[in-house]
Order: sequence, then C-alpha cells, then structure tokens
Amino acid sequence: MSERKNPLLALTQARIREFVREPEALFWVFVFPILMAVVLGFAFRDRPPDPVPVGVVGPGAAALEEALTKAGTTKPQTYATPPEGLAALRTGKIALLVEESGTNDLVYHFDPTRPDARIARLEVDDAIQRARGRTDPTPAEETLVHEKGSRYIDFLLPGILGLNLMGTGIWGVGFSIVNARLKKTLKVMVATPMRKSDFLLAQMLSRFLFLILEVGLILAFGVVAFQVPIRGSLSVVGLTTILGSLCFAGIGLLVAARARTLEAASGLMNLVMVPMWLLSGVFFSSDRFPKAAQPVIQALPLTALNNALRAVMLEGKTLAAVSGELLIMTIWGILAFAAALKIFRWQ
Amino acid sequence: MSSRSPAISCRGLRKSYDDVKAVDGLDLEVEPGECFGMLGPNGAGKTTTIEILEGLTKADAGDVTVLGRRWGHHDRELRERLGVSLQESRLTEKLTVYETLELFRSFYAHGRSPEQLLEDLSLEEKRDARVGKLSGGQRQRLAVACALAGDPEILFLDEPTTGLDPQSRLQLWERIAVHKASGRTVLLTTHYMEEAERLCDRVAIVDHGRIIALGTPSDLVASLNAPHIIDFATEPAVAEELLARIPGVGDRRQRDGRWLLNAASLAQAVPALLAALDGAGARLVSLSTHRATLEDVFLSMTGRELRDE
Repeated sequence: MSERKNPLLALTQARIREFVREPEALFWVFVFPILMAVVLGFAFRDRPPDPVPVGVVGPGAAALEEALTKAGTTKPQTYATPPEGLAALRTGKIALLVEESGTNDLVYHFDPTRPDARIARLEVDDAIQRARGRTDPTPAEETLVHEKGSRYIDFLLPGILGLNLMGTGIWGVGFSIVNARLKKTLKVMVATPMRKSDFLLAQMLSRFLFLILEVGLILAFGVVAFQVPIRGSLSVVGLTTILGSLCFAGIGLLVAARARTLEAASGLMNLVMVPMWLLSGVFFSSDRFPKAAQPVIQALPLTALNNALRAVMLEGKTLAAVSGELLIMTIWGILAFAAALKIFRWQ
Repeated sequence: MSSRSPAISCRGLRKSYDDVKAVDGLDLEVEPGECFGMLGPNGAGKTTTIEILEGLTKADAGDVTVLGRRWGHHDRELRERLGVSLQESRLTEKLTVYETLELFRSFYAHGRSPEQLLEDLSLEEKRDARVGKLSGGQRQRLAVACALAGDPEILFLDEPTTGLDPQSRLQLWERIAVHKASGRTVLLTTHYMEEAERLCDRVAIVDHGRIIALGTPSDLVASLNAPHIIDFATEPAVAEELLARIPGVGDRRQRDGRWLLNAASLAQAVPALLAALDGAGARLVSLSTHRATLEDVFLSMTGRELRDE
C-alpha cells in the first residue's frame, strides 16, 4: 500500500500542467489581454481628440474653409457640388456638411444622433461666426484637467481587467471541460472513486496561478505605461480579483456543464458574455442605461467586479465599502458551481 | 473474497439504444477469483453489458449486484474496490505516464504506488513520456495500469488487447494472470478466441445481446462432439451429399469456397474423405486440419465467424 496525493491537489496540478503545455491557450490568456491593452492604450492616449472632418460646399466655400482651418478645431474639405458633399456625409467621411448658397446664409447638414456631428456643428458655427465678426458678451477662461485617476484610461483599465477575468475564467474553464468531454477523458475518471466535486473545484482552483500572472501583467502595464493609480489597498484589489475569477470560473463550469460540442459551448459562452460586455460598464459607465434596467445590471457579476475594482483602485475605497459587490460575486460563484455539479454531463 | 456469494451477478439485463436491442435479457454470474470472459463479435452487446456492470451505463431493466452491492447505493465504496479499463480509455495527452498514474492513484484511498504500477505493466522506460507520444500498445498498458491503481478486487477489461502488437498483448496477458493468481476477479470482453482460451476460467459466448453458450473453454469445445476441423477446397467443388456419406463427420459448413467439417476422429474421416473425392473426380486444392477452438464453437452455433473482417 502506498501514500497518495490529495486528489483535489493532484487534479488541480494536472489541470495546470495540461494548460501550460498548450501553447495556444497560453497565448490567448496572456498575450491577448496585453495586446488589447496596448491597442486601447494607443486609442485613448493622453492627447486631445483628432479634429472632426467636415465638408463645405457652395460659392463661398473657399472663405469658409479658410476660416475653419484657421480655427483648427475641425478638418474642412471642400466639395464641388452639394450632392457630392451629401454623399460624403452619408458614408461617414465627414460629420457635417456646411452649405453656403452664395447669399451668406448657411445650412448645416448633419445627423443629430452622432455625438461628433453635434460637436462639429458647435465648433463650425463658432469658427464661422467669429470669422464674420461676432464678439462674445462674456469672456470665458479654460482650465484643462489632466489629473491622474480621472482620465478615460483610468476608467478603462479596471474595466479591461474585469473583462479579462471574465473571458479567461469562462473560456479557460468551459473550453477545457468541453474538450475533455469530447476527447472522452472524463469517462475513465468517472469510473474511479474520484469525487466529482473535486474535479470541478480543481478546474476553478487551477485558475489561481493564471490569475496572479494575468492580473499582475495588466495592472503593471497600466501603472507603468499610463500611471493608472492604485489608491486603495493592493490586497483588497487581490481579493476582488480572486473572487471575480472564481465566480467566472464557476459560470464557465455551468456554461460547459452539458454542452457536447465546442460550437454549442462557445455559443452559450457568447450568450453569457456579450450582454455583460455591453451592460457591465467596461468601456463606459453602466449608469448610462435606463433606471429601470439598473437592478438587473447592478446584479451582474461583471458589473460588481468592475465597480469594486474602480472603487478600490481609483477612489481608494476599503474592503467594507466594496463588500456588497464581493458578496454578489460570491453568490454567483457558489450558485453556478452548485448548479454545474447538479446538471453536469459526465459522459 | 472469503464469502461464497458471486463477485458479479446480473439477471434479466436489458438495454436498448433507439430501436436496437444492445442487451436482450442477459444473465451472468462471476465467481470470486475467477477470470471470466465474454466472447462475441463486434456489436454483440459486450461493451454495453460490461459498462452496465461497471455502473457507467444504466440498464433499462434487470438486476445487477457487484460484490454484494448495488449501483446507485454504494457507488463510492464500489468504485474504491473496482478497476476499470474502457474499450478506449482516453487519457489526457499532455500529462506524462508517471503524472497520469499519480493522478489516478490519488483517487483511491488504498492502492499501488505509481512506481509499482510502472513496473507491473513494464512502462518504466516511458515514465516521463507524454501520453500523447505513446504507441497504441503503451497507451493500453497505461490504461490498465490506471485500472490497477486502486489494487482492485475486480478488474474490468473491455477488449484489452484489440489492435495491439504481440509484445504488448503478451505483457497484458501476463499482468492479468498475476492479478488472477492473487485471488482477485477479472471480467473481460474480447473477440479473440485465443485470448479467451488462454486467460479465462469460464467463457460466455455472447451474440445479439444474449449468452448463447457458457462454460470452460475446453467444455465449450468438447460440446461440439467433434474436436477436429477438416478444412479443404476442391476443383471442381463438391456437393454436400457426397460429404454426408463420410463416416464420423458432424457439422458441415461452406466458407469462402472451402468446406469445413467437424470430425470426431481424423484417422477415420480423412482417408474416407480422400477416397470420396477421388471417386467423384474432384482434385484437392488445399487441405488442413486443426483442433476445434472457441472460434469453431461460435461458428457452429451462429453460422458466422467471430471477426467479420
């Protein structure tokens, strides 16, 4: 008779080995989030937005273009005929078309539901009216805000972190389970006295190792490249990411609990993840959605994770202040795990 | 093993998949310490039966007890005491042989160490090789090693040597013999009569989901009442009436242009056959004889060969 390893530990270790020996999986878990952060970092780097492209058309177009170029807030482009200008507007090449009929009167063509079109309307009008001699009754001064912690990148980075924890949790666990089911490696284990809960728990626990690397990489990238602040305690950030990761690993188990094919599983994963991408405040605050939808949105695990991360990192909130969010994630994780254990298809 | 109750017993086992009756009223009793073989062609219902006995598949009807316990009530206890190698035991390809054994060992409260298991199946040299890099024979040996990890009282082997090289087959046979020699029970399925004759104390011949014959390999062969087989072909072919007149010939079957005759005594039947062929003007193209095997038992009972290849 011989000594044995703890089965939960042995399963977790096996899962980790399996994962690190799969180079493709490593790429998606570690390289992808960094690439995403770099790309977004460039897109949202610290500088004023590009001037909005606008079109001018009509007999006085040359004078208008000159005035707009001088103001520098928009990028004017002259069109020979109104239909040409309107075509450019329709295809999104310009945000606004200024038509001057020759009588000095102006017509602005634009789509009011496009934010950049409305900005262009204000900037263009302002530039032209000034060039034609308007004076402001009240002089105003501008103080520009560049404070670390209130820029868009500061808002974005915790969201990217949350998004990644969700993606790798659900994909990492779900994919490996469906794969094991497809390759029939589960069946032979079911014939042993292995506890089924050990197998599922090991899938979740194996996420820890990757979690440390993943969170560390993204946070370090944000701090070094963009000076994103971490105002609260690092251990609360750690606890939040651990709970978030376990919660999404549990959801990954549930999503993969019955799927027989990778297609079915990835469909389910998208069904679960895409709404949270949109609703949970990754790229913009979830407060922008209607009040009636807020109870649902706030109960989503990714909303809880993102809110908690932002509160701790940007506002320096304490553990007690984010305990509500942590509770939401814990409940999701436990319910998903229990449901997965109940309905899991072992063969 | 001290108890006299059967190690495995099932009665009236039935299982259908859609319209196909895979198992159709099968009764079986395996004594403790015996090596019991289920022999039959592909699709006879062997795998379905063994997976029901292993508690992996639910029967539609019938009663199963294993070590006096029932599935659904004592599953964990039973799993501790059983070892299972599936028809195709798929193991994680990214783990090494040793890591795989360590993992399977961790599932059992008591059992053999990974080192012992490596030695049992002569896998020492492959200790640090990834499962994905093993040959078919090495993989199958590893699957059996995993089944032995809990030092089981009953070892279930579903087609353990199908498609294996002769060396791997011999190593597996040796290991199964060792397991049996320690007083433990083995239930295996196979469609190799040689395997059944060599390893099994008793054999059940399975066809269309039921047992059509049961006994020791020698009893089953003896039941043919004709221990010799004469296998011949002639030019031109001869009619059956000619053969019916030959003394001491029992069953007659035609197979791929050849005749197969069951004979009680070669000394009596062969000269008579040659004389009869000569008289009919038929020229002998081939002639061979062999002692009857389980294959011939199956053939005479079903009119089909075990391996329809």
